[in-house]
Amino acid sequence: MSAISQALSGVKVAEFGAYAAGPHIGKMLATFGATVVHVESRSRPDGFRAEYPPYKDGKPGLDRGGCFAIFNDSKYAVTLDLKNESGVDMAKRLIGWADIVIENMRPEVMSRLGLGYESARELNPGVVMISSCNMGQTGPRAYTPGFGSQLSALAGFCGLTGSPEGPPQLLYGPYIDFIASSLGAAAVLAGLDRQRRIGQGALIDLAQYESGLMFVASALFDYHKIGVVAERAGNSDPNAAPHDAYPCRAGGWLVLSCWSDDEFGRLAGMLGQPGLAADLRFATIEARKINEKDLSAIISQWSLSQDAEEAATLLQTARVHAYPVNTIADLFRDPQLLYRHVWRRRRHGVIGDLACYFSSFDLSEVPGDVTGAAPLLGEHNSMVFQDFLGVSDDEYVEYQAKGAFD
Amino acid sequence: MLNGYTILDLSNRVGWLAGRLLADLGADVIRVEAPGVSIAGADWQAYHVNKRLLRLDIQTVDGKRTFDQLIPDIDILIDSAQPGDAFVQHLDWARLKQLNPRLIKVSVTPFGCEGPRAGWLASDIELMAAGGAMSLAGEPDGAPMRVTVPQSYGWAGAQAAVGALTAVVHRTATGIGQHVDVSAQAAVILASSHAAAFWDMDGKNPTRCGAYLTGRSMKGARYRAFWPCLDGYLNFMLYGGPAGRRTNTQLVAWMRELNSPLGVLENIDWKRFDPKLATQDEVDELERPIANFFLGLTKRKFLDEASRREMLGYPVSTMADIAADPQLEARDFWYDLTGPDGHQQRHCGSFAIVDGVRPPLRHAPGEEVNIDRLLAELKTDSTSGNA
Repeated sequence: MSAISQALSGVKVAEFGAYAAGPHIGKMLATFGATVVHVESRSRPDGFRAEYPPYKDGKPGLDRGGCFAIFNDSKYAVTLDLKNESGVDMAKRLIGWADIVIENMRPEVMSRLGLGYESARELNPGVVMISSCNMGQTGPRAYTPGFGSQLSALAGFCGLTGSPEGPPQLLYGPYIDFIASSLGAAAVLAGLDRQRRIGQGALIDLAQYESGLMFVASALFDYHKIGVVAERAGNSDPNAAPHDAYPCRAGGWLVLSCWSDDEFGRLAGMLGQPGLAADLRFATIEARKINEKDLSAIISQWSLSQDAEEAATLLQTARVHAYPVNTIADLFRDPQLLYRHVWRRRRHGVIGDLACYFSSFDLSEVPGDVTGAAPLLGEHNSMVFQDFLGVSDDEYVEYQAKGAFD
Repeated sequence: MLNGYTILDLSNRVGWLAGRLLADLGADVIRVEAPGVSIAGADWQAYHVNKRLLRLDIQTVDGKRTFDQLIPDIDILIDSAQPGDAFVQHLDWARLKQLNPRLIKVSVTPFGCEGPRAGWLASDIELMAAGGAMSLAGEPDGAPMRVTVPQSYGWAGAQAAVGALTAVVHRTATGIGQHVDVSAQAAVILASSHAAAFWDMDGKNPTRCGAYLTGRSMKGARYRAFWPCLDGYLNFMLYGGPAGRRTNTQLVAWMRELNSPLGVLENIDWKRFDPKLATQDEVDELERPIANFFLGLTKRKFLDEASRREMLGYPVSTMADIAADPQLEARDFWYDLTGPDGHQQRHCGSFAIVDGVRPPLRHAPGEEVNIDRLLAELKTDSTSGNA
């Protein structure tokens, strides 16, 4: 969507994906210049368009959803009826055009439509295709349906969150989906690079479950090696004390941690109690771990009168690990995130002015950008099929009449 | 897929996953540690498997010289130097670019290389707080929580791999290297899904909801997410819509088969059930017989039967449950090799199956390469045009 050269300019992506795990791969590629076409149909629009709030003015609608908007900026949107032969024809032409095909349907759905990897490769020998689903394309539970929010429990995350005495805790949204999308983006880019160098395509089978396990790989390693089962431990860490969240003025929270006795000495100074560093209850990491509750009470007594933001700044000045617990609203005023322009406001066709998430990284020579807010359902049918794929006016009208673009 | 690329990994814990992922995709990743630095920890072993180890002290004059000898022939450098760190000037992008204009330097740091807080100290808990994730985990009236096993390093490392490869694709097209600046704080924001949209569009600040799902009922009811079972917890929710209808119908059929008391479930028409309209009393009545039923199940029984019946819901797994999961076994997810201590080790295998094969892990953690051999390899590769 930009004339400015970007890292992935000229890279063409067809995305047969919905919800989070597929579309977020395309979003990351689009942010760095790939031309990404998001495929839906009027009878089966992306579930994130209408099934999940928030909506513009609180009224649900296919083009009113913020949930869809946040994972689909900088893309083109088309509608294709894949239950209609003419729609499948057009989908094949789109696959023939693309360098990368992203799909996150249940296994074999694409093959049944005649759009699986074997067919795609006949249309386009160098195509890089990623199939991303809960369990992967094979195995006894390959066809088990599932939501990312619950898959986060199967992959161990919920059981590892919360206090040891209480129940597991929910993580927000489909936590694990974004692990899978990040790993999926890395895999398709590796495949694309190989294609560009030697012409060879790739089929990538990415299980969201297995992707998530890479984020607990050391706990799994420990279990296999010595049989230790990691347990949720509140906010504590075996190698640091203190290491927790502390309540501040006006409902704010502050996290801080000390990784050495020296650092604890500096913290004690900032608390106005330098004597704590020599107090036998707290002088060493071992002692501080044993007396963590007492220490926590002392720090909380101090923190309750502090502003979290000011306290973190002061502690960092003294070289103590600290940060305010940012709420979601705070992410829009955090000075470091503002400096990095993490939120970029773009005009959405129905929602209006909208904050779009940019990226966790940027490139020095060819920076990325959010080139436009998320598209409306089927907004770019004519542009994609006629301008990008070269479908003639007559043919476009013919396919339209057959219901291909419904 | 990345065979032929050489990567030097100087990162600290925040960036370790990046090199692991790139190694899984086929790159030759050289992990650099000063002599004497311990490599025994589980983190080190799990995230430096599939890499080779180079013992080099880059803080010394000789070490710096050796480092500079390597730079012209490597493709990607991953580091975590923050402003003020001892080695930061030696890693200056402008300087390294002179040595190798095709180099891709990936900086994985807590807050990015520049900005008002670029030099701030942060471990996992500070990053999970700074990126908003902690505000959304924990009991509503309790403290914000992090996941006990550090996650921010995963988010940063995974995003760094994406950034590195975005730059690689550009380099393949143009021959130009560049600096990729990754912020772990900004990467953690991904963990919050679409929460930002609530603030941006509605001015509502999402909060943590503990072990219950709130915000689904217009009458303020909360739905249980975690249910005690025989050997732990299950994650199950009363959903509406087609997926919820199938799940709820199957659950009742299963309970009926086992003669488990159904209570009010006996008379529910799941086609009409709408979680948005239920009061807390109604939800409690619905959940009571389900809670009783789940108490008699093991996690494994629930997983197998829910899968067979195509129901939504999973057990809350421990590491032991995951290790015994037949799905992972069937997909050859685990990879066994001999560790540096001579004992067998089991690792998470390469994260994706490529062209039908899960790429094997090629190097045990700590498998050393000495500098002379590495330099010779790099010279051979560059003369053969491989790099």
